[in-house]
Amino acid sequence: MEAYISLFIKSIFVENLALSFFLGMCTFLAVSKKVTTAFGLGVAVIVVLGISVPVNNLVYHNILAPGALDWAGFPDADLSFLRFLTFIGVIAALVQILEMALDKYVPALYNALGIFLPLITVNCAIFGGVSFMVERDYTFGESVVYGIGSGIGWALAIVALAAVREKLKYADVPDGLRGLGITFISVGLIGLGFMSFSGVSL
Amino acid sequence: MASAKEVKEVLFGPIFANNPIALQILGICSALAVTSKMENTLVMCIALTFVTAFSNLFISIIRNHIPSSVRIIVQMTIIASLVIVVDQVLRAYAYSIAKELSVFVGLIITNCIVMGRAEAYAMKSTPGLSFLDGIGNGLGYSVVLLTVGFIRELFGSGSLFGYQIMQLASEGGWYQPIGLLVLPPSAFFIIGGFIWVLRTFRTEQVEPKD
Repeated sequence: MEAYISLFIKSIFVENLALSFFLGMCTFLAVSKKVTTAFGLGVAVIVVLGISVPVNNLVYHNILAPGALDWAGFPDADLSFLRFLTFIGVIAALVQILEMALDKYVPALYNALGIFLPLITVNCAIFGGVSFMVERDYTFGESVVYGIGSGIGWALAIVALAAVREKLKYADVPDGLRGLGITFISVGLIGLGFMSFSGVSL
Repeated sequence: MASAKEVKEVLFGPIFANNPIALQILGICSALAVTSKMENTLVMCIALTFVTAFSNLFISIIRNHIPSSVRIIVQMTIIASLVIVVDQVLRAYAYSIAKELSVFVGLIITNCIVMGRAEAYAMKSTPGLSFLDGIGNGLGYSVVLLTVGFIRELFGSGSLFGYQIMQLASEGGWYQPIGLLVLPPSAFFIIGGFIWVLRTFRTEQVEPKD
Protein backbone atom coordinates (compact mmCIF):
# COMPACT_ATOMS: atom_id res chain seq x y z
CA MET A 1 0.00 0.00 0.00
CA GLU A 2 2.80 2.38 0.95
CA ALA A 3 4.49 1.82 -2.40
CA TYR A 4 1.28 2.85 -4.17
CA ILE A 5 0.94 6.06 -2.16
CA SER A 6 4.55 6.90 -2.80
CA LEU A 7 4.10 6.28 -6.54
CA PHE A 8 0.95 8.40 -6.52
CA ILE A 9 2.69 11.37 -4.90
CA LYS A 10 5.72 10.90 -7.12
CA SER A 11 3.67 10.89 -10.33
CA ILE A 12 1.78 14.03 -9.34
CA PHE A 13 4.57 16.23 -8.06
CA VAL A 14 8.06 14.89 -8.56
CA GLU A 15 7.71 13.47 -12.06
CA ASN A 16 5.06 15.83 -13.29
CA LEU A 17 4.40 14.97 -16.93
CA ALA A 18 4.00 18.55 -18.05
CA LEU A 19 6.64 20.32 -16.04
CA SER A 20 9.49 17.87 -15.81
CA PHE A 21 9.03 15.84 -19.00
CA PHE A 22 7.40 18.53 -21.16
CA LEU A 23 4.66 16.20 -22.33
CA GLY A 24 1.43 17.47 -23.78
CA MET A 25 3.04 20.88 -24.30
CA CYS A 26 1.13 21.77 -27.46
CA THR A 27 -2.25 21.65 -25.80
CA PHE A 28 -0.69 22.83 -22.57
CA LEU A 29 0.27 26.14 -24.16
CA ALA A 30 -2.65 26.44 -26.55
CA VAL A 31 -5.53 25.77 -24.16
CA SER A 32 -4.30 27.54 -21.04
CA LYS A 33 -5.78 30.97 -21.64
CA LYS A 34 -8.73 30.49 -19.29
CA VAL A 35 -8.99 28.57 -16.04
CA THR A 36 -12.39 27.04 -16.84
CA THR A 37 -11.36 25.50 -20.16
CA ALA A 38 -8.03 24.43 -18.69
CA PHE A 39 -9.91 22.67 -15.91
CA GLY A 40 -12.17 20.86 -18.41
CA LEU A 41 -9.20 19.64 -20.38
CA GLY A 42 -7.43 18.61 -17.18
CA VAL A 43 -10.37 16.43 -16.14
CA ALA A 44 -10.49 14.84 -19.59
CA VAL A 45 -6.79 14.02 -19.41
CA ILE A 46 -7.17 12.45 -15.95
CA VAL A 47 -9.98 10.23 -17.22
CA VAL A 48 -8.20 9.16 -20.40
CA LEU A 49 -4.85 8.55 -18.69
CA GLY A 50 -6.56 6.71 -15.84
CA ILE A 51 -8.14 4.30 -18.32
CA SER A 52 -5.58 4.02 -21.09
CA VAL A 53 -2.49 3.32 -18.99
CA PRO A 54 -3.97 0.22 -17.27
CA VAL A 55 -5.58 -1.02 -20.50
CA ASN A 56 -2.32 -0.71 -22.41
CA ASN A 57 -0.60 -2.41 -19.51
CA LEU A 58 -2.87 -5.42 -19.99
CA VAL A 59 -2.39 -5.36 -23.75
CA TYR A 60 1.36 -5.18 -23.43
CA HIS A 61 1.76 -7.90 -20.86
CA ASN A 62 -0.67 -10.31 -22.47
CA ILE A 63 0.03 -9.84 -26.16
CA LEU A 64 3.08 -7.79 -27.03
CA ALA A 65 5.80 -8.53 -24.46
CA PRO A 66 8.41 -11.16 -25.36
CA GLY A 67 6.96 -14.55 -24.55
CA ALA A 68 3.56 -13.12 -23.67
CA LEU A 69 1.78 -15.14 -26.32
CA ASP A 70 2.57 -18.35 -24.47
CA TRP A 71 -1.14 -18.88 -23.76
CA ALA A 72 -1.87 -18.93 -27.49
CA GLY A 73 0.85 -21.45 -28.24
CA PHE A 74 3.58 -19.06 -29.44
CA PRO A 75 6.12 -19.04 -26.61
CA ASP A 76 8.85 -17.54 -28.83
CA ALA A 77 6.85 -14.66 -30.28
CA ASP A 78 8.11 -11.16 -29.54
CA LEU A 79 5.76 -8.50 -30.82
CA SER A 80 7.18 -5.66 -28.75
CA PHE A 81 8.31 -3.81 -31.88
CA LEU A 82 4.62 -3.28 -32.67
CA ARG A 83 3.96 -1.45 -29.45
CA PHE A 84 3.84 2.13 -30.78
CA LEU A 85 1.28 1.20 -33.38
CA THR A 86 -0.77 -0.79 -30.90
CA PHE A 87 -0.72 1.84 -28.16
CA ILE A 88 -1.78 4.66 -30.42
CA GLY A 89 -4.56 2.45 -31.78
CA VAL A 90 -5.76 1.54 -28.32
CA ILE A 91 -5.67 5.18 -27.20
CA ALA A 92 -7.59 6.35 -30.27
CA ALA A 93 -10.19 3.63 -29.81
CA LEU A 94 -10.56 4.38 -26.10
CA VAL A 95 -11.07 8.08 -26.71
CA GLN A 96 -13.68 7.28 -29.33
CA ILE A 97 -15.54 4.90 -27.00
CA LEU A 98 -15.33 7.34 -24.13
CA GLU A 99 -16.72 10.06 -26.36
CA MET A 100 -19.71 7.96 -27.41
CA ALA A 101 -20.37 6.75 -23.87
CA LEU A 102 -20.27 10.26 -22.46
CA ASP A 103 -22.51 11.54 -25.24
CA LYS A 104 -25.10 8.90 -24.39
CA TYR A 105 -24.99 8.79 -20.60
CA VAL A 106 -23.48 12.05 -19.34
CA PRO A 107 -24.29 14.67 -21.97
CA ALA A 108 -23.51 17.53 -19.58
CA LEU A 109 -19.90 16.47 -19.19
CA TYR A 110 -19.70 15.69 -22.89
CA ASN A 111 -20.73 19.21 -23.78
CA ALA A 112 -18.35 20.69 -21.27
CA LEU A 113 -15.38 18.78 -22.70
CA GLY A 114 -16.41 19.48 -26.28
CA ILE A 115 -13.54 19.60 -28.71
CA PHE A 116 -10.94 18.57 -26.11
CA LEU A 117 -11.89 14.91 -26.07
CA PRO A 118 -10.87 14.05 -29.65
CA LEU A 119 -7.80 16.29 -29.30
CA ILE A 120 -6.58 14.13 -26.47
CA THR A 121 -5.74 11.28 -28.85
CA VAL A 122 -2.76 13.22 -30.10
CA ASN A 123 -1.84 14.59 -26.70
CA CYS A 124 1.72 13.51 -25.97
CA ALA A 125 0.95 13.28 -22.27
CA ILE A 126 -1.23 10.21 -22.83
CA PHE A 127 1.23 8.46 -25.09
CA GLY A 128 4.11 9.49 -22.84
CA GLY A 129 2.36 8.10 -19.76
CA VAL A 130 1.79 4.81 -21.55
CA SER A 131 5.41 4.64 -22.75
CA PHE A 132 6.74 5.34 -19.27
CA MET A 133 4.52 2.59 -17.90
CA VAL A 134 6.12 0.09 -20.30
CA GLU A 135 9.62 1.36 -19.82
CA ARG A 136 9.42 1.18 -16.03
CA ASP A 137 7.71 -2.18 -16.10
CA TYR A 138 4.79 -1.30 -13.83
CA THR A 139 2.45 -4.02 -12.64
CA PHE A 140 -1.28 -3.65 -13.26
CA GLY A 141 -1.94 -2.11 -9.84
CA GLU A 142 0.90 0.34 -10.23
CA SER A 143 -0.26 1.30 -13.70
CA VAL A 144 -3.71 2.27 -12.36
CA VAL A 145 -2.12 4.46 -9.70
CA TYR A 146 0.39 5.91 -12.13
CA GLY A 147 -2.25 6.69 -14.76
CA ILE A 148 -4.48 8.58 -12.37
CA GLY A 149 -1.62 10.26 -10.55
CA SER A 150 0.13 11.55 -13.64
CA GLY A 151 -3.22 12.75 -14.99
CA ILE A 152 -3.83 14.75 -11.83
CA GLY A 153 -0.32 16.17 -12.05
CA TRP A 154 -0.90 17.33 -15.61
CA ALA A 155 -4.28 18.84 -14.74
CA LEU A 156 -2.75 20.66 -11.79
CA ALA A 157 -0.03 22.12 -13.98
CA ILE A 158 -2.37 23.38 -16.70
CA VAL A 159 -4.77 24.96 -14.19
CA ALA A 160 -1.84 26.67 -12.46
CA LEU A 161 -0.55 28.01 -15.76
CA ALA A 162 -4.00 29.22 -16.82
CA ALA A 163 -4.38 31.09 -13.55
CA VAL A 164 -1.00 32.75 -14.04
CA ARG A 165 -1.86 33.71 -17.61
CA GLU A 166 -5.18 35.23 -16.57
CA LYS A 167 -3.28 37.56 -14.26
CA LEU A 168 -0.58 38.20 -16.85
CA LYS A 169 -3.14 39.92 -19.06
CA TYR A 170 -2.73 43.02 -16.91
CA ALA A 171 1.04 43.04 -17.16
CA ASP A 172 2.90 45.27 -19.58
CA VAL A 173 5.10 42.78 -21.38
CA PRO A 174 7.74 43.81 -23.97
CA ASP A 175 6.35 43.52 -27.51
CA GLY A 176 8.43 40.56 -28.68
CA LEU A 177 7.63 38.53 -25.58
CA ARG A 178 3.89 39.07 -25.62
CA GLY A 179 1.83 35.90 -25.88
CA LEU A 180 3.96 32.86 -26.48
CA GLY A 181 7.30 34.15 -25.20
CA ILE A 182 6.14 35.17 -21.76
CA THR A 183 4.11 31.97 -21.49
CA PHE A 184 7.24 29.91 -22.00
CA ILE A 185 9.04 31.84 -19.31
CA SER A 186 6.12 31.46 -16.88
CA VAL A 187 6.07 27.70 -17.52
CA GLY A 188 9.78 27.61 -16.77
CA LEU A 189 9.22 29.41 -13.47
CA ILE A 190 6.38 27.08 -12.50
CA GLY A 191 8.65 24.18 -13.43
CA LEU A 192 11.35 25.50 -11.13
CA GLY A 193 8.77 25.70 -8.36
CA PHE A 194 7.76 22.10 -8.93
CA MET A 195 11.39 21.03 -8.78
CA SER A 196 11.39 21.77 -5.09
CA PHE A 197 9.28 18.63 -4.69
CA SER A 198 12.07 16.52 -6.09
CA GLY A 199 13.45 15.66 -2.68
CA VAL A 200 10.09 14.40 -1.46
CA SER A 201 9.85 10.67 -0.92
CA LEU A 202 7.53 8.73 1.31
CA MET B 1 6.71 20.84 -61.74
CA ALA B 2 7.03 23.61 -59.22
CA SER B 3 9.22 26.61 -59.94
CA ALA B 4 12.54 27.09 -58.18
CA LYS B 5 11.17 30.00 -56.18
CA GLU B 6 8.33 27.92 -54.83
CA VAL B 7 10.70 25.13 -53.87
CA LYS B 8 12.89 27.59 -51.99
CA GLU B 9 9.87 29.03 -50.22
CA VAL B 10 8.64 25.60 -49.11
CA LEU B 11 12.05 24.42 -48.00
CA PHE B 12 13.38 27.49 -46.16
CA GLY B 13 10.19 29.28 -45.15
CA PRO B 14 9.67 27.22 -41.99
CA ILE B 15 13.14 28.04 -40.63
CA PHE B 16 12.56 31.65 -39.62
CA ALA B 17 9.52 33.10 -41.35
CA ASN B 18 7.11 30.38 -40.27
CA ASN B 19 8.99 28.43 -37.63
CA PRO B 20 6.95 25.45 -36.39
CA ILE B 21 8.05 25.87 -32.77
CA ALA B 22 8.25 29.63 -32.36
CA LEU B 23 5.21 30.62 -34.38
CA GLN B 24 2.93 27.67 -34.90
CA ILE B 25 3.41 26.28 -31.34
CA LEU B 26 3.80 22.79 -32.75
CA GLY B 27 6.00 19.97 -31.60
CA ILE B 28 7.31 21.33 -28.35
CA CYS B 29 5.97 18.28 -26.59
CA SER B 30 8.63 15.67 -27.01
CA ALA B 31 11.41 18.06 -27.75
CA LEU B 32 12.64 19.98 -24.76
CA ALA B 33 13.63 17.12 -22.54
CA VAL B 34 16.23 15.89 -25.01
CA THR B 35 18.12 19.15 -25.37
CA SER B 36 20.49 18.87 -22.42
CA LYS B 37 23.15 17.29 -24.66
CA MET B 38 24.01 18.15 -28.27
CA GLU B 39 24.44 14.52 -29.28
CA ASN B 40 20.94 13.50 -28.24
CA THR B 41 19.52 16.66 -29.73
CA LEU B 42 21.09 16.00 -33.10
CA VAL B 43 19.82 12.42 -33.22
CA MET B 44 16.35 13.60 -32.28
CA CYS B 45 16.39 16.28 -35.01
CA ILE B 46 17.48 13.82 -37.68
CA ALA B 47 14.83 11.33 -36.58
CA LEU B 48 12.09 13.94 -36.64
CA THR B 49 13.11 15.37 -40.01
CA PHE B 50 13.18 11.87 -41.47
CA VAL B 51 9.74 11.00 -40.13
CA THR B 52 8.14 14.29 -41.17
CA ALA B 53 9.58 14.17 -44.68
CA PHE B 54 8.61 10.60 -45.41
CA SER B 55 5.21 10.69 -43.78
CA ASN B 56 4.45 13.79 -45.86
CA LEU B 57 5.65 11.98 -48.97
CA PHE B 58 3.65 8.80 -48.42
CA ILE B 59 0.51 10.56 -47.29
CA SER B 60 0.69 12.87 -50.27
CA ILE B 61 1.08 9.94 -52.67
CA ILE B 62 -2.09 8.25 -51.46
CA ARG B 63 -3.99 11.44 -50.58
CA ASN B 64 -6.58 10.96 -53.30
CA HIS B 65 -7.41 7.46 -52.14
CA ILE B 66 -7.96 8.19 -48.43
CA PRO B 67 -11.62 8.60 -47.46
CA SER B 68 -11.77 11.72 -45.32
CA SER B 69 -13.61 9.99 -42.48
CA VAL B 70 -10.70 7.67 -41.71
CA ARG B 71 -7.83 9.91 -42.70
CA ILE B 72 -6.55 10.50 -39.16
CA ILE B 73 -6.18 6.77 -38.57
CA VAL B 74 -4.43 6.31 -41.91
CA GLN B 75 -2.03 9.14 -41.15
CA MET B 76 -1.38 7.77 -37.67
CA THR B 77 -0.62 4.33 -39.06
CA ILE B 78 1.88 5.67 -41.58
CA ILE B 79 3.58 7.86 -38.99
CA ALA B 80 3.69 5.10 -36.39
CA SER B 81 5.24 2.68 -38.88
CA LEU B 82 7.96 5.19 -39.76
CA VAL B 83 8.68 5.80 -36.10
CA ILE B 84 8.98 2.06 -35.51
CA VAL B 85 11.61 1.96 -38.28
CA VAL B 86 13.54 4.83 -36.67
CA ASP B 87 13.29 3.23 -33.24
CA GLN B 88 14.52 -0.15 -34.44
CA VAL B 89 17.44 1.43 -36.34
CA LEU B 90 18.45 3.45 -33.28
CA ARG B 91 18.29 0.40 -31.05
CA ALA B 92 20.46 -1.54 -33.48
CA TYR B 93 23.16 1.04 -34.20
CA ALA B 94 23.10 3.58 -31.36
CA TYR B 95 21.83 1.70 -28.36
CA SER B 96 23.18 4.06 -25.69
CA ILE B 97 21.54 7.07 -27.34
CA ALA B 98 18.31 5.14 -27.83
CA LYS B 99 18.35 4.36 -24.11
CA GLU B 100 18.90 8.00 -23.19
CA LEU B 101 16.17 9.26 -25.48
CA SER B 102 13.98 6.54 -23.95
CA VAL B 103 10.32 7.28 -24.61
CA PHE B 104 10.94 10.40 -26.63
CA VAL B 105 11.60 8.54 -29.88
CA GLY B 106 8.18 6.95 -29.60
CA LEU B 107 6.72 10.32 -28.84
CA ILE B 108 7.54 11.50 -32.36
CA ILE B 109 4.26 9.79 -33.26
CA THR B 110 2.28 12.29 -31.26
CA ASN B 111 4.55 15.17 -32.21
CA CYS B 112 2.22 17.81 -33.53
CA ILE B 113 4.62 18.88 -36.29
CA VAL B 114 4.31 15.54 -38.05
CA MET B 115 0.54 15.32 -37.72
CA GLY B 116 0.07 19.02 -38.39
CA ARG B 117 2.06 19.01 -41.62
CA ALA B 118 0.42 15.81 -42.83
CA GLU B 119 -3.02 17.27 -42.26
CA ALA B 120 -2.35 20.85 -43.35
CA TYR B 121 0.04 20.36 -46.23
CA ALA B 122 0.48 16.81 -47.49
CA MET B 123 -3.26 16.21 -47.92
CA LYS B 124 -3.43 19.05 -50.45
CA SER B 125 -0.08 19.08 -52.26
CA THR B 126 1.94 17.03 -54.69
CA PRO B 127 4.37 14.41 -53.32
CA GLY B 128 7.55 16.29 -54.30
CA LEU B 129 6.58 19.52 -52.60
CA SER B 130 5.23 17.70 -49.54
CA PHE B 131 8.53 15.92 -49.11
CA LEU B 132 10.37 19.25 -49.22
CA ASP B 133 7.86 20.78 -46.82
CA GLY B 134 8.59 17.93 -44.40
CA ILE B 135 12.32 18.57 -44.63
CA GLY B 136 11.80 22.31 -44.23
CA ASN B 137 9.73 21.92 -41.10
CA GLY B 138 12.20 19.38 -39.76
CA LEU B 139 14.93 21.98 -40.27
CA GLY B 140 12.91 24.68 -38.56
CA TYR B 141 12.49 22.39 -35.59
CA SER B 142 16.18 21.47 -35.67
CA VAL B 143 17.33 25.10 -35.67
CA VAL B 144 15.46 25.82 -32.44
CA LEU B 145 16.44 22.56 -30.79
CA LEU B 146 20.09 22.75 -31.73
CA THR B 147 20.28 26.34 -30.48
CA VAL B 148 18.79 25.29 -27.16
CA GLY B 149 21.01 22.21 -26.98
CA PHE B 150 24.11 24.28 -27.81
CA ILE B 151 23.45 26.82 -25.06
CA ARG B 152 22.50 24.20 -22.52
CA GLU B 153 25.44 21.91 -23.03
CA LEU B 154 28.08 24.61 -23.51
CA PHE B 155 27.15 26.71 -20.51
CA GLY B 156 25.59 23.96 -18.40
CA SER B 157 28.44 21.47 -18.52
CA GLY B 158 31.15 23.26 -20.48
CA SER B 159 31.23 20.73 -23.30
CA LEU B 160 29.91 20.18 -26.81
CA PHE B 161 29.08 16.72 -28.18
CA GLY B 162 30.70 15.36 -25.02
CA TYR B 163 34.08 17.05 -25.63
CA GLN B 164 35.19 19.38 -22.89
CA ILE B 165 35.45 22.91 -24.33
CA MET B 166 35.78 24.87 -21.12
CA GLN B 167 37.64 23.33 -18.19
CA LEU B 168 35.30 23.01 -15.23
CA ALA B 169 36.29 24.60 -11.93
CA SER B 170 35.62 21.30 -10.16
CA GLU B 171 38.33 19.68 -12.29
CA GLY B 172 40.93 22.37 -11.79
CA GLY B 173 39.83 24.60 -14.70
CA TRP B 174 38.37 28.06 -14.65
CA TYR B 175 34.74 27.64 -15.72
CA GLN B 176 32.00 27.56 -13.14
CA PRO B 177 29.07 25.81 -14.88
CA ILE B 178 25.60 27.28 -14.62
CA GLY B 179 23.69 24.53 -12.88
CA LEU B 180 20.31 25.94 -13.86
CA LEU B 181 20.93 25.09 -17.51
CA VAL B 182 21.15 21.39 -16.81
CA LEU B 183 17.71 21.41 -15.22
CA PRO B 184 14.65 20.88 -17.43
CA PRO B 185 12.97 24.32 -16.88
CA SER B 186 15.93 26.16 -18.42
CA ALA B 187 14.79 25.01 -21.87
CA PHE B 188 11.68 27.14 -21.44
CA PHE B 189 13.68 30.26 -20.63
CA ILE B 190 15.93 29.71 -23.64
CA ILE B 191 13.02 29.17 -26.03
CA GLY B 192 11.24 32.18 -24.56
CA GLY B 193 14.37 34.22 -25.25
CA PHE B 194 14.69 32.73 -28.74
CA ILE B 195 11.14 33.84 -29.53
CA TRP B 196 11.90 37.30 -28.17
CA VAL B 197 14.98 37.68 -30.39
CA LEU B 198 13.14 36.30 -33.43
CA ARG B 199 10.22 38.67 -32.96
CA THR B 200 12.44 41.68 -32.38
CA PHE B 201 13.70 41.24 -35.93
CA ARG B 202 10.42 40.07 -37.43
CA THR B 203 7.96 42.44 -35.86
CA GLU B 204 5.06 41.11 -37.94
CA GLN B 205 5.09 38.01 -35.70
CA VAL B 206 4.36 40.02 -32.56
CA GLU B 207 1.00 39.00 -31.11
CA PRO B 208 -1.68 41.68 -30.88
CA LYS B 209 -2.80 42.94 -27.49
CA ASP B 210 -6.03 41.36 -26.33
